[in-house]
Amino acid sequence: MIVEKNISKQYILSLLEEIPDPEIPVLSIVDIGIVRNVIIKDEEVEIIVTSTYSGCPAMDMIKVNIRIMMAEHNIQHVKITDQLSPAWTTDWMTDAAREKLNKYGIAPPNLKVTDAVKCPLCNSGNTKLISQFGSTPCKALYQCNDCKEPFDHFKCH
Amino acid sequence: MVNKDQYILHLADNSLIMGHRLSEWTGHGPALEQDIAITNISLDLIGQARNFYQYAAELTGNNATEDTLAYLRDVNEYKNVLLVELPNADWAKTILKIFFFSAYQYFLYKKMIVISDERLAAIAEKSLKEVNYHFRWSSEWVIRLGDGTDESHQRMIKALDELWNYTGELFMSSTYELIDVDLIKDDWNKKISAIFSEATLTVPTNNWAHKGGKEGIHTEHLGYILAEMQFLQRAYPGCEW
Repeated sequence: MIVEKNISKQYILSLLEEIPDPEIPVLSIVDIGIVRNVIIKDEEVEIIVTSTYSGCPAMDMIKVNIRIMMAEHNIQHVKITDQLSPAWTTDWMTDAAREKLNKYGIAPPNLKVTDAVKCPLCNSGNTKLISQFGSTPCKALYQCNDCKEPFDHFKCH
Repeated sequence: MVNKDQYILHLADNSLIMGHRLSEWTGHGPALEQDIAITNISLDLIGQARNFYQYAAELTGNNATEDTLAYLRDVNEYKNVLLVELPNADWAKTILKIFFFSAYQYFLYKKMIVISDERLAAIAEKSLKEVNYHFRWSSEWVIRLGDGTDESHQRMIKALDELWNYTGELFMSSTYELIDVDLIKDDWNKKISAIFSEATLTVPTNNWAHKGGKEGIHTEHLGYILAEMQFLQRAYPGCEW
């Protein structure tokens, strides 16, 4: 098997963009800000990741998926490094990622915490918080007062 | 020179034992949303504990891992404060425990984000966001229950009576602590008083403090917690799945 020499950071990132977050599959691990950097030295690819919440149970699976992706593309020497600081923040989420979340039915994190959480279904700002905690550590549960539908909100962090 | 790993174990043990106690509510919460809330808080705390244990394991060396530290130390080696090992009892007591503890963690981590040890500062920075959430959530419940029905108010008074004398230990620094917790006592008291006044609860004046947890002298409760938590590892050493 010929290993591709001169693998670029862009190439690795493009592969990582194919890996969905296990809980919110519409977002990739790059979209969600888990992948912080890719460093290529000699033939070793170092992928620096950070967890969203301290107790996020998906991190092990995400690391396994990264290794599988690299192996599938014949990238032999892979190192995954955990980075604690700077602490993960939803500020890192791109506009494109926020748009994807909204289309998927999850209200994205607001740019300003004081902004109203908008219903991803009918776009109304007339919504109420049901619970600050949801099905994953990153989500809260809301309900729209206009269309009455409940929906998840990706919390600002 | 005191070993830093003692301090880190103390921080880890606090989070782990509190996280473990809260996990006891899994499937038993009074309403689905509260069940989810409490288990989320528990998960955050266990995650924080892992971060601390991983660091402690690196400093300890000798093939120590986060797992050997969590699962193979006995009661007298655990350094958590007594407050976190107390039974959950009812919702009021659990809420009050989280309220007191998360307020303490909030002010402690605020100091820790500027500590010279970069790893501890990083863990504190990450944990602070989550702890802030725990504190806000539990404050709202303290107010809801305190200024609620006669029954909820009585349950809060009973919980307060049982827990207050375990809060003093939070602010009594052990020799190994890198941050003098006496420094955060005033901020903590102010926060508690503010929320209590909205909750129509009175801050007790009896300041007797149960202590010993930080030195490995625990109530009878920790033994049962560890027996349950560690049983699998002790019965099947090295097991994995």
